[in-house]
Amino acid sequence: MRKGWVFIISMIAIVLLVSPCASADVIKLGFNIPLTGDNPDVGASSKNAAEMYIKKNPSVEVGGKSYDLKFIYEDNEYKAESAVKASTKLITEEEVLGIIGPQSSSQAVPAGEVANNYATPMISPWSTNPNTTLDRPYVFRGCFLDPFQGPVAANFATEELGAKKAAVLYDIAADYPKGLAEFFKEAFEKIHGPGSVVAFESFTTGDKDFSAQMTNIVASGADVLFTPQYYSEVPLIVRAAKEMGWGDKPILGSDSWGSGDLMGLCGDMCKGYYFSTHYAAAGAKGATKAFIDEYEATYGKTPDDVAALTWDSLGLMVKAIQDTGGLSGDIKADRTKVKDALAAIKNYPGITGGMTFTPEGDPKKCAVVVQINQEGKFAFHKSVCP
Amino acid sequence: MTFNFLMQNLVNALQWGSFYALIALGYSMVYSILMLFNFAHGDIFMVGAYIGLFVATGLLALGGTGAAAALPGWLVLVITILVSMFLTALVGVTVERVGYRPLRSAPRASAAITGLMIGIILETSNILFLGGQRLKFPQLIESHTYNFGGVFVTNKKIMIVLVSLALMIALHQFVTRTKWGMAMRAMAFDFVVVPLVGVPLNTIASMTFAIGSALAAAAGILFGLAYPVLDPYMGVSLGWKAFVAAILGGRGSIMGACIAGFMLGFIEIMTVPAIQIINRLFELSIGSNLRDLIAYSIVLVILIFRPHGLFGEPYSARLRL
Repeated sequence: MRKGWVFIISMIAIVLLVSPCASADVIKLGFNIPLTGDNPDVGASSKNAAEMYIKKNPSVEVGGKSYDLKFIYEDNEYKAESAVKASTKLITEEEVLGIIGPQSSSQAVPAGEVANNYATPMISPWSTNPNTTLDRPYVFRGCFLDPFQGPVAANFATEELGAKKAAVLYDIAADYPKGLAEFFKEAFEKIHGPGSVVAFESFTTGDKDFSAQMTNIVASGADVLFTPQYYSEVPLIVRAAKEMGWGDKPILGSDSWGSGDLMGLCGDMCKGYYFSTHYAAAGAKGATKAFIDEYEATYGKTPDDVAALTWDSLGLMVKAIQDTGGLSGDIKADRTKVKDALAAIKNYPGITGGMTFTPEGDPKKCAVVVQINQEGKFAFHKSVCP
Repeated sequence: MTFNFLMQNLVNALQWGSFYALIALGYSMVYSILMLFNFAHGDIFMVGAYIGLFVATGLLALGGTGAAAALPGWLVLVITILVSMFLTALVGVTVERVGYRPLRSAPRASAAITGLMIGIILETSNILFLGGQRLKFPQLIESHTYNFGGVFVTNKKIMIVLVSLALMIALHQFVTRTKWGMAMRAMAFDFVVVPLVGVPLNTIASMTFAIGSALAAAAGILFGLAYPVLDPYMGVSLGWKAFVAAILGGRGSIMGACIAGFMLGFIEIMTVPAIQIINRLFELSIGSNLRDLIAYSIVLVILIFRPHGLFGEPYSARLRL
């Protein structure tokens, strides 16, 4: 009986002694991603990239000490309120060192405020709206911005497609499409004069029927349709265009087209259309190709830009943690050190291109325009640098 | 603003209104028999669309493996609609049996929230079992676009409107010409006294849910053909708006629900070109996203002038079916 007690007490003592050391050797990073809700493919791509990363790099060396990486995935349901809750939980309950995500601007803008208020470094891999990082020293992003992507699309429509009149169809209730639609309009009217955007039609999130807006667009006589919508809406928009007599005129999209199973949902209808994005999987070289090959071998599908940008954002976060030269164990001080190191990163060789952070926390990098070819692949068409 | 433009919008409105009308019928029938609103009805529409998706995919796979001769697309569609209507009717009957029957003598509010809860259960089970991914509805029949002097009409649009009308006429015939239909009308007259003379309330209630759900399933499949991206929440806003149509038509009136459904589709679609005209006349820049705001303000005004709906009777003193 006595032996039993001694054994139990000594076990408790060992656990008590060992556990603080074990937890000190772990770096926790949080993911604020949509695993359910309106855009689950985005969450799945983010998680896939993260799982692949941690399998390849289970631990990191910081200031001569080895730490195990631990990722915590919080579902934001693709809703702004849930994203705020998820970030708060990651920071205050899970005590993560940094956060990756949210991906879409609609969630990244409100969640960025939480991260900045709690002085926790956050990188949104995919949010292109300027407000995500504006006046928020702790918030960074892994991609270019809407004010850059808008002119890219406007110039492309003018130079490559020979458009003189453009139509826009966008979701006014979501930050990302609304911002991008306005930047496109501004850029296009700068080239062709006021009134050259002949139809500026909107709808609200969740709408399925675009027949009325499309009838207006077709009647406006536009040469090109720009629609910065998500993969789940693009098939319905393209279909409405075909049914309302848009004919063979071009349709142009933005990087949101490239996420998720666009071709699975859209099929042959989307072939031949263009969109601007962060990278093109078809025709990649070097480290980008190695990433694509490994992702394809693991998950049986081509990584979309969300996966590639999540990979790069994780790389940036880990690089910044390493650049701090050693963690103190005081989570608040360490978070600020990581933020300072992130801001100082120069020419990071990401798989989506080289990145240098501006003081606002936005990287300088190039955009590519891809065309959906006859095999349904996103083929490189043109590279546009700032 | 030409004649073509107006006609094009009219064609679009007919298709959109068909969905409202078919779904509104389910709300209206249940209300007339049991005096309660089945708020899960929009989600039963969603379930119907998904059942249709699986039946159609299964039939196509069966044809593909050679286990059965590859069926022509239209036959697959007919079988899909019939099988899904039957299966969704079973879902509807189950919902009534599990969710509503135990609460029949409970306060109305309890029955109303039961519907909301069943709706949430259906949505989240969908996410649980299918992972929340968007699914593409198979296109079964090839899409053709016809150009009638500048008005573009697809074969699917014509089919959707015709099938919806056929179902509405069939329902009307059933209710007015058959013995069961007569029992339903009697029950609608008074569901306390009529059972005393030997009309089984439970059977009629089940039958009402079955018919309403079958119509919702048909609407779901037609919806899948027109808007081929399915998601677990597709029934929510459509269900709400169909509910508006049911009330607007006059609670419990079949013809009212049909006409109000088409009317709602018409108001919604026509608001967009109307906004454009107003913008042009007064040099404003109102966005087409204000469609629902304006459309439902119009509905509100109609209700102020006709508080019992288009075909509703005050005090439910007469046959409502």
